[in-house]
Amino acid sequence: MDRVTKKPRLATVWLGGCSGCHMSFLDLDERLIDLAARVEMCASPLTDLKDFPEADITLVEGAIANQEHLESIHEIRKRTKILVSLGDCAVTGNVTAMRNAFGVDDVLNRAYKELAAVIVGIPSGNGVVPRLLARVRPVHEVVKVDYYLTGCPPSADAIHECVMALLDGREPVGEVKRFG
Amino acid sequence: MPERILIHPVTRIEGHAKISIWVNDAGGVESAQFHVTEFRGFEKICEGRPLHEMPGLMARVCGICPVSHVLASSKAGDALLGVEVPPAAVKQRRLATFAQVLQSHALSFFHLSSPDLLLGMDAEIDKRNIFGVIEADPGFARRGIRLRQFGQRVLELVGGKRIHPGWSVPGGVQTAVTAAVRDEIGAWIPEALESMTIALGRMKSVMDSFREEIEHIGNFPSLFLGTVTHDGALEYYDGVIRIVDAEGNTVADGLDPLRYPTYLAEASEEWSFMKFPFYKPLGYPGGQYRVGPLARLNVATSAGTPRADRELREFKHRSKGAVCESFHYHLARLIEMLHSVERIEEIVADPELLSEDVRTKAMPNRREGIGSCEAPRGTLFHHYFVDADGLIRKANLLIATAQNNLAMNHAVEQTAKHFVLPAQLREGMLNRVEAAIRCYDPCLSCSTHAVGQMPLIIEVRSRSGELLDRVEKG
Repeated sequence: MDRVTKKPRLATVWLGGCSGCHMSFLDLDERLIDLAARVEMCASPLTDLKDFPEADITLVEGAIANQEHLESIHEIRKRTKILVSLGDCAVTGNVTAMRNAFGVDDVLNRAYKELAAVIVGIPSGNGVVPRLLARVRPVHEVVKVDYYLTGCPPSADAIHECVMALLDGREPVGEVKRFG
Repeated sequence: MPERILIHPVTRIEGHAKISIWVNDAGGVESAQFHVTEFRGFEKICEGRPLHEMPGLMARVCGICPVSHVLASSKAGDALLGVEVPPAAVKQRRLATFAQVLQSHALSFFHLSSPDLLLGMDAEIDKRNIFGVIEADPGFARRGIRLRQFGQRVLELVGGKRIHPGWSVPGGVQTAVTAAVRDEIGAWIPEALESMTIALGRMKSVMDSFREEIEHIGNFPSLFLGTVTHDGALEYYDGVIRIVDAEGNTVADGLDPLRYPTYLAEASEEWSFMKFPFYKPLGYPGGQYRVGPLARLNVATSAGTPRADRELREFKHRSKGAVCESFHYHLARLIEMLHSVERIEEIVADPELLSEDVRTKAMPNRREGIGSCEAPRGTLFHHYFVDADGLIRKANLLIATAQNNLAMNHAVEQTAKHFVLPAQLREGMLNRVEAAIRCYDPCLSCSTHAVGQMPLIIEVRSRSGELLDRVEKG
């Protein structure tokens, strides 16, 4: 509950993914305007650990792929009452986790050595860019997840139903407490 | 005196990034860098996958412009099959291209940049977002939301899904367009044209209040690269590459996109996950060039549709040579949206769009295939090598946004040098540095920052990384 507006606080964050789940959220289209009237949108760039807001509901897109994601998700979990894995990368790792079949060095070398004509440096986690984790993991492997919205991406209707149900204090329609 | 100002994260862009501003001994801005912090490794993870799977997999490179990746990938697949794609399938792919340009540009202009343009660069930080625009001008915001919705709806109707439609495959597309679909798309046109007229008028009316920004936010000479038809008109799906310089002189014309490795190459730097493509004849980093809406309007001699042609003529009068101000990416984007609506209208009026002959089937007949098209943010290349069974052995992607990497770094540095006073930091100064990035609408990934309050942390660190000062906003 927001102290000033007295509205529930909704956050959306993005970890290792393509943004398609956020685009599906924007596909609420004009329903976004109605949603904005009902909640306090407190979406945060997820790498601002200290700034991630206290939220009633947080939708998390993407898998845990680098050191910053790993640090963020613990902070997000601490500050969020209900955490929803939004879409297949958050739920299973999906396409983001396809690199688990290769080593981190193989993947980096392919992009930045073999395919580059000029190599000034390789971005491998020097402090400015985050270090890639050896293995990409779904969100529930790292922190507790309350609801799962599957799909690549989940449809706007599914996102709408889930958020509205949680705001109304009822269970969302569909298979959202587990997956698989 | 602080040595480095770190903007982390850059907000209201599609993805996660940081900006470093280095301060010199005299207390002025010495240089600046734009760091992209995401990496997923598509060039490696597709190895061993069947080529027919590639458009669906490559869509996942980006949730904002999946259709561009689907199409570049399908075209590389067409080349690997060695087949001719049926005309109706080409029309469907073109229709999807314009729908995609429309929805992606609408997101960039209305959801991400209009807060700066309509509310002001120094507007209150907790209002300077799309919801602030909804509050200030609900009618205008709703038009923006509905323009994006129109583009997305076309993709849903034609491709079966708004995001990551997998309907386009090597050899064509999987489904025919019905008369009902065609009619629903057609019914949107009048509102879309009206909204574009309003948006263009609004943009031109506010430009006078941004004279200093237009002059100093990424205004520099560079090469511009884009696809045109054989007679030089704006083209997105299938054409030749033209390069012009800042004076508007043609540097190269009629370049075959399939021969891109002979004139474009990439460099790697340790401080960004985004590579640095350059024009080979001028080397690295001298071969800096720009792509996307501004570049396309600079290289094209005409738009090919009546309303967009009128706008293009007016646009070209802004400069004797090429239009070099990064700020004008916004206006260029609106002109391209108008052009897209006109093209969609044209395509749905074509009876051949409804043909059921939409796919040529074949086994792989070639070992190497390249597909190229204009994505909303610029020229995109997919380059695949397969084995005898059609399994991917090697892939290279030359992404549109990356081709603006050198230019974005240039723009960030120029903007910081003009607007940022390190000893008297104000949030609005740094917002202008971020606005330089927003001009390019980089697709690093997502729109997290498009919705709601956008906290900003400014950290001042020494070169050894020690935190000297920290300011929090939002």
